[in-house]
Amino acid sequence: MQIVVDLNRCQSYAQCAFLAPQVFELHGEEALMYTPAVPDDQGERVRRAAAACPVQAILVGERAGARVR
Amino acid sequence: MRPDTLFQRITDYANRADPYPLYAELRENGVTRQTDGGYLVGTYQEIAELLHDPRISSDIGNRTDPDEDILRRPDPPAFIGVDDPEHDRLRRITMRPFGPPHSPGRIDALRADITRITDDLIGSFRDKDRIDVVDDFAYPLPVTVICRLLGVPFEDVPLIRAWTNAIIASFDFAPEKDDRDHQERLRAGMEARIAMAEYLGGLADTRRDRPTDDMLSALVNDAGPDGRLTREELKSTATLLLIAGHETTVNLIANGALTLLRLPQALRLLRDRPELMPNAVEELLRYEPPVHMLPQRTPLTDIEVAGVTIPKGARLILMLASGNRDPLRFKDPDHFDPTREDNQHFGFGSGVHNCFGAPLARVEAQIALSALVPHLAGLRPAEDPPPYRRSALLRGPRHLVIERA
Amino acid sequence: MSGERRDGRIVIVGASLAGLRAAETLREEGFGGTLTLVGDEPRPPYDRPPLSKQVLLGRVRAQDVGLPGRRDVDARWRLGVAAVGLDPIGKQVLLADGERLPFDRLLIATGTRARPWPNPEEAALDGVMTLRTADDAARLAERLDAGPRRVLVIGAGFTGSEIASACRERGFEVTVAERGPSPLVGALGGALGALAATVQRAHGVDLRCGVTVTSLRGRDGRLIGAEFSDGSRIEADIAVVALGAVRNTEWLADAGLAAGPRGVACDAGCRAFNMYGIVTDDVFVAGDVARFPHPLFEYQILALEHWGNAVAQAEVAAHNMVSPGPCRRPHLTVPAFWSSQFGLNIKSVGVPTFSDQVVVAQGSLRERRLVAVYGYRGRVTAAVGVNRAKWLGYYQGLIETAAPFPPRPGAADPPASGVPVPSDVPSPQTLSHGPTVALTGHVPDRRLTLVRHD
Repeated sequence: MQIVVDLNRCQSYAQCAFLAPQVFELHGEEALMYTPAVPDDQGERVRRAAAACPVQAILVGERAGARVR
Repeated sequence: MRPDTLFQRITDYANRADPYPLYAELRENGVTRQTDGGYLVGTYQEIAELLHDPRISSDIGNRTDPDEDILRRPDPPAFIGVDDPEHDRLRRITMRPFGPPHSPGRIDALRADITRITDDLIGSFRDKDRIDVVDDFAYPLPVTVICRLLGVPFEDVPLIRAWTNAIIASFDFAPEKDDRDHQERLRAGMEARIAMAEYLGGLADTRRDRPTDDMLSALVNDAGPDGRLTREELKSTATLLLIAGHETTVNLIANGALTLLRLPQALRLLRDRPELMPNAVEELLRYEPPVHMLPQRTPLTDIEVAGVTIPKGARLILMLASGNRDPLRFKDPDHFDPTREDNQHFGFGSGVHNCFGAPLARVEAQIALSALVPHLAGLRPAEDPPPYRRSALLRGPRHLVIERA
Repeated sequence: MSGERRDGRIVIVGASLAGLRAAETLREEGFGGTLTLVGDEPRPPYDRPPLSKQVLLGRVRAQDVGLPGRRDVDARWRLGVAAVGLDPIGKQVLLADGERLPFDRLLIATGTRARPWPNPEEAALDGVMTLRTADDAARLAERLDAGPRRVLVIGAGFTGSEIASACRERGFEVTVAERGPSPLVGALGGALGALAATVQRAHGVDLRCGVTVTSLRGRDGRLIGAEFSDGSRIEADIAVVALGAVRNTEWLADAGLAAGPRGVACDAGCRAFNMYGIVTDDVFVAGDVARFPHPLFEYQILALEHWGNAVAQAEVAAHNMVSPGPCRRPHLTVPAFWSSQFGLNIKSVGVPTFSDQVVVAQGSLRERRLVAVYGYRGRVTAAVGVNRAKWLGYYQGLIETAAPFPPRPGAADPPASGVPVPSDVPSPQTLSHGPTVALTGHVPDRRLTLVRHD
């Protein structure tokens, strides 16, 4: 599972950092940092975080081009 | 010609079970001025803009005529009732023991506890043929969690419940002018608020220098870069956290149970695909939100909304639950769709005053409704609509008795 | 007509964010023909913003910054091979390995690369690096893991400043050298540039503005230090060259397009101009390599090195590649970007460099929580928030409606002084760092020489 956050959309509501704190964290008061390659045991939390994002900025998917060559 | 304003009809208890047709009327009418000088906004786009407009104050001290609302406000006000930078300072300090960046794992760590409390409650009524979803489940779960999180002894819950009920009952925003019951509720609400704040202040005092693992202890002892709350600030803040920390979640869970009982297809879908529950809770927050309006906003300068000028100091009421059903924003807005993807609802507001406790409410509702779903099949409400609580602001059933069909 | 546009052969040159999102959009919109993605890097598409943040902090490995796909693209991927030429008549892309890829429609999304250190001998020293690709980030992260004694960052734009921030957070000594008067000044102007300087120094950065690095000194092929134009010198075992970006347009030299060092010019619908300023209809452009006219900024041709622009422009380009004329859309998105550094969340909407004045509209520089609003000839053209992300949407509305500048008072958290000051946007020529937004005038290409044959 791979994620990317559209940080133009992000307004730092931090719901993801509450719901999946091992993947999303606030750096300072507002800046969001996250782990793009989601560890296997965090997948369910990340899905909950993506559903809860008030601006729907979190894209969850399979890594693009992963099956290339 | 109706003698009542639209707002009076919305707040009229007779319309509590189904205010949605009134919201449709509100959206149709555009921004409407009420006879009392307040302005009602019910369309999604306009609400979204106003929630992010720095010229809109949450401090009713900026109202030209704050009338009795000012009486409902604690002194000093909690962060819900002030603007930046003060709002931001109070909220940052309060966030320190609650969430990121300082306490990022706190809510996630509650999951196990919440699951255990939920399972205990379900175990206690599993074999009964008739239960009250509110009294037996939706109420005890969040109140237990918030008491534990704040550090309020569980044996004081009856006190908390009485105070909370009195305070919420006093939130009546369109009373008849000479309604004596209303005056009485207002007085009782003020007394309860003072008593609750005093109680929480006293509790916090006992934790000073003798901290236990709860938010009151952290708030009274730990100082971050912004320092600590004063004792008076802490009293107001703790009162807000305690009330808002369970009252809305009770409604969210009860509204959720009622929605699923009414919609067997949705219930089946969630039984077959439990992984949809996080989306279903978001949809519930859109479709039957626990908070229907923000009644206390005020423009700091004359502003124009959808072609209407709202003067500085006027009372501005944002009908969040109406925006959530705006067909210009949501496809099939009156349809409850747990798989809905485009769902930027106002269930927790938006902008700087977005709900402080949203992550906790989300976790509680997800766990509670997931646990409830397998038990709802074959049950039906004894009364539909069920009896609602008084408040038009915090809307939910007073009781939700369900029984075997 | 529309049936034709939905099949045939599409080649996308550039397999990063813009190329990927364009490919997905093409399929989303029903393109059923053959799709080929060409990328010079051997990796599948990945996300660059984390490279200067999470990766340098040691929290994420450089190989783990892949992008999630929105959907399957059913494409042939030609990765690890660069495009070296374009035959516009024969409609073929020439690859470095000799393969020729015929196309009916082409999308150019070749992006940019890091501007190298101008002295090749010094640039070859062990320890002299740039940061643009995942491989760059992996190398730099490895060096940081080894615990350098001092890192020199040359250029204090966003990338340079983020590198300095990560290094300080990890406790390394950092010197930042910037030819301009302050960090970020090329993108944000004087007032916020001064704030950035204060913040860097407060975090222990040895910030040297108004100087250039005159030489990088080596011993036995390894970097040992640097000399500055003011005569001072430092010892350093890593130097990160953060002098901005170079657009990857060399492969288009003989393509007859309006392509040059400032990018490939295109219309608002992402169709490339040829060198005479005539719009093509089979060659499209998106992402960092594109420059396009924007109505909010007097139709000046903008070049944006922004994540959000790569996505939005790719979507518009792809839509237009498979849509008949009347159904095509313009790329009108308000430019936006973010940076996180030294614990601050900096977000921008509009074009701050398209301004003559700036005013703090909310908050304060001292608290490092504020919204600065930029104006040009009396209208709002940009806003930058520092730890104030939730208010920016309001200011974006002011930009979109060309609201009067300065904004009227009435916002909560008003500043002590609401008086506009000059925005002090310097000419890019005076800076070490390249601005990530470039206003490139109204001319779609380098000036042509007009030859008259009587």
